[in-house]
Amino acid sequence: MVIAMCLAIPAKVLDIKGDRAQVDFGGGISRDVNITLVDAKVGDYILVHAGYAIQVLSEKEARETLLLWNEILEAADA
Amino acid sequence: MVESLRFRDATLAKQVAGKIHKLASKKGVIKICHVCGTHEWTITHFGLRSLLPTNLEVIAGPGCPVCIVPASEIDEAIQLALKDIAIVCFGDILRVSGSKKSLLDVKAEGADVRVVYSVNDAVEMAEKESHKDFVFFAIGFETTAPSTAVEVVEQPPKNLGFLVSHRLIPPAMKLLVEMKDLNLSGFIAPGHVSTIIGLKPYEIFPRHYRMPTVVAGFEPLDVLFGVYMILKQLSEGKPSLENEYVRAVHSEGNVKARVLMREVFEVVDGNWRGLGKVPSSTLKLRGKYTNYDARLRYGVKVDGGVDIRPGCKCHLVIVGKIKPTECPLFMKACTPQKPLGPCMVSMEGTCQIWAKASELI
Repeated sequence: MVIAMCLAIPAKVLDIKGDRAQVDFGGGISRDVNITLVDAKVGDYILVHAGYAIQVLSEKEARETLLLWNEILEAADA
Repeated sequence: MVESLRFRDATLAKQVAGKIHKLASKKGVIKICHVCGTHEWTITHFGLRSLLPTNLEVIAGPGCPVCIVPASEIDEAIQLALKDIAIVCFGDILRVSGSKKSLLDVKAEGADVRVVYSVNDAVEMAEKESHKDFVFFAIGFETTAPSTAVEVVEQPPKNLGFLVSHRLIPPAMKLLVEMKDLNLSGFIAPGHVSTIIGLKPYEIFPRHYRMPTVVAGFEPLDVLFGVYMILKQLSEGKPSLENEYVRAVHSEGNVKARVLMREVFEVVDGNWRGLGKVPSSTLKLRGKYTNYDARLRYGVKVDGGVDIRPGCKCHLVIVGKIKPTECPLFMKACTPQKPLGPCMVSMEGTCQIWAKASELI
């Protein structure tokens, strides 16, 4: 596990018990993290920093980002 | 989710780079500053600077939370370690030098210094070894401070104290924007800090300083689109605050985390290695939690502290005034294997990121 101070790593919530969740970082790495700071549910993707979930990632907004990028690229004026 | 999305699409990257070149060609020298070690990693690792026009420079500000911890606070941790207290810290700070020694040096001499992944590990250690005193060395920006707040508010075991050294990013950005010789054109604001603090703390930059400011994520395309959005604002003459990282950053930030931070910490002036005193930039435990303040509990007293060793240019690298390659020690007397300055010690330090990238070439 990389310990970098301003790095946050996305992970998928597998199971929740109280303020702890078992999460999957991909590549076979899973661990127990604290979810006090977020309202996460099983199946959500969360950003994990130093053992604490700091935000729930939005798939809808991830897709909107890609749409926005495409709009920017297709705009003729710039 | 990630597999199906195109956050690293090379064709998109070339297209946005084309747009960046077109906008930049109408301008003189443009200097964009980011303030996050992870942004520097993305930019350097993916070679993004090679895609940018020559009149556009992206510089790394004080975004390495380990590098900016002043020597005096490492000296405090060392003083505690020498009092037979177990110091619990993140791995990156271990090798960073205080005025004379690092925590690794005193560990080698027999002090009890333990590296953890999370503040929660320190709580568990203190619970298991109730006969021993522990101090958690709480470093990091707004991304990390909430986790300290979570544990403090839950009243951890009394044999655990906190040496709080958390720092806040927007006050350091204010210092940079006011450095006339730096002459910045825009900010890429740090995505993960922003997941906590939201957008409001950055409003001052476009409003008061007319500085385009874009919160960006950490994929190569996030950074390139962040650069593009800043250039667009510059070309339209309308500096504003925009959020490119909408999938993780909400305008209000993480309200739970902010409430907890306010409950546990007050904001005071503080020294940053390389920057000196930064007003309203440092967190301190509030009065009701001072029984957990290791400085008060153990009467820690240190003198000024030596932040920059002779010959080291970290103080200039930290504010983006020089590139690592402009330091005469870079990859000569100062390497990732034998680092002299904090920017080479930390994996988020600009010098180490540049050194590791040069190994890839």
